[in-house]
Amino acid sequence: MTAAGSPAVSTTAARPAGGGRRLPVAWVATVPFFAYVGLFLLLPTLVIAWGSFTTKGGNLTFSNFTSINQPYLVKAFVQSAAISAVSALVGAFAGALLAYAVVTGNPRGILRRAITSAAGVLAQFGGVTLAFSFIATLGTTGIVTQFLMQHGINIFPNGIWLYEPSGVTLVYCYFQIPLMVLVFLPALDGVRPQWREATESLGGSTWHYWRYVAGPLLAPSFLGCVLLLFANGFSAYATAAALISQGSPIVPLAISNLLTSEVGRAKPGLAQALALAMIIIVLCVMVLYAALQRRTSRWLR
Amino acid sequence: MAVFLVLGAFFLVPLFAMFEFSTRGNSPTAPRTLDSWSQIIKIPELAKAITASLELAAITSIAMLVLILPTMVWVRLRLPTLNRVIEFICLLPLVVPAIALVVGMVPLYRWISINVSDSILTLSFAYLILVLPYTYRTLDAGLASIDLKTLTEAARSLGAGWGTVMVQVVVPNMTTAILNACLLSVALVLGEFTFANLLAFENVQVAILYVSFVSAGTSIAVAVASLIFTFTLLLILSFVGRPRERVAAAEEAIFTAPAQVGEWGMRA
Repeated sequence: MTAAGSPAVSTTAARPAGGGRRLPVAWVATVPFFAYVGLFLLLPTLVIAWGSFTTKGGNLTFSNFTSINQPYLVKAFVQSAAISAVSALVGAFAGALLAYAVVTGNPRGILRRAITSAAGVLAQFGGVTLAFSFIATLGTTGIVTQFLMQHGINIFPNGIWLYEPSGVTLVYCYFQIPLMVLVFLPALDGVRPQWREATESLGGSTWHYWRYVAGPLLAPSFLGCVLLLFANGFSAYATAAALISQGSPIVPLAISNLLTSEVGRAKPGLAQALALAMIIIVLCVMVLYAALQRRTSRWLR
Repeated sequence: MAVFLVLGAFFLVPLFAMFEFSTRGNSPTAPRTLDSWSQIIKIPELAKAITASLELAAITSIAMLVLILPTMVWVRLRLPTLNRVIEFICLLPLVVPAIALVVGMVPLYRWISINVSDSILTLSFAYLILVLPYTYRTLDAGLASIDLKTLTEAARSLGAGWGTVMVQVVVPNMTTAILNACLLSVALVLGEFTFANLLAFENVQVAILYVSFVSAGTSIAVAVASLIFTFTLLLILSFVGRPRERVAAAEEAIFTAPAQVGEWGMRA
């Protein structure tokens, strides 16, 4: 198993521990890992950074970034942000409600166990399969569409919105809500019943408790979770790709269209610039999320 | 209560609808049929993609164990200062969206297809990066629960080489964590779409999408099958070859495994 590591190791093993000279040898065992990560994680990232600032000939340029300023790409960014924000907010409120219902129940009960394990499975349920399940539900021949049609309700009076950004938002909620349950539950678990009792013994009402105790304590965690959900929705590609077959209404689809269109029309430089922009946005959101998580852990945990 | 009803319907109806759709006949009045399901094996493209995805899942799991586990053990024992660096690197793929990372991989894969191989199995290089954060966390939890230092020192003082230490001491002491890490890898690889689609390989998810243009029923049948497969895999793998008293622990593992994936999701 340690094919790469063990030969280098066995030569040093007989020596007494703690010698300064063995340090370089000890590093040798980590070479396969660093080589692999360097090749398949850092190199692609460098390729993106390098490619987005150079022309095909290798000259320095900003043209890739200035050409993001095209109406359809700006619109893609706005729509991506809107889909992620709305699905994150809906997911956060519905998920927090569900998590609260779970927390107030028996901590070892079947309900909590069932919901947390279902959330674990559903939060990872996405991509083509998820898109298909909604097409089978709300597509033109979907079971719910047909059922409502028989009862005189047409859910698509102005066209089939399932394949548009509003439909994508709804479908994203399917994995955002369970994700919220998973990430918000630990914070809710950290809220101690004694705090409520303390509020009541001081004459505070339920409103006072939520407004001055639980609210401020949970707010950083809640906000952090909204950010995590936003990043999650912003990075999602497969679900949207399976739902939307034409155009580039959101950034991930714009990237894939720029990469895969026929030779000549493909613009790898622009795709790399978009990818870099995405990475930077997600990175900023995740840094904020980490900061909020740290703040949360001061009280809850 | 109302919360559970509304959300329960939102989550269960699409799953049921998918199954309902896959058993439809040709016309609205036709009786229920399993034609779409029997079509699965008759489409060679689909069978090929399913095989490829299963092979990728196996290769990725094994490569993950061979590359990451020894490194983690080694760093914990000999280079504790590197621990944070390794953790940071392993969690990095959570921050870089897959759709962005794949843009940087396109030139790399062009080179690989010319100079090494153009087989779909080369995708396992990319998939190893994809599973890195999840397996790191699982293995990290497993390593934290055993007294690694004492165990390895005892084995070393009895004359065991590092290979023996890994295979006969470390691995048997953290089978649950290793199993979990493998399950997560398999689940992630079977559900992966982004890398395969943009690097122009046809794994099972890409094939499902292609087949849907021709036969919606069949592609939805495969989607249902892959879902059921992933769920049962989680069950079977954790019960096979385990002593009776460990079944409870294995059961615990099934429930916690998906929770760890949940952090970032299979759609990546």
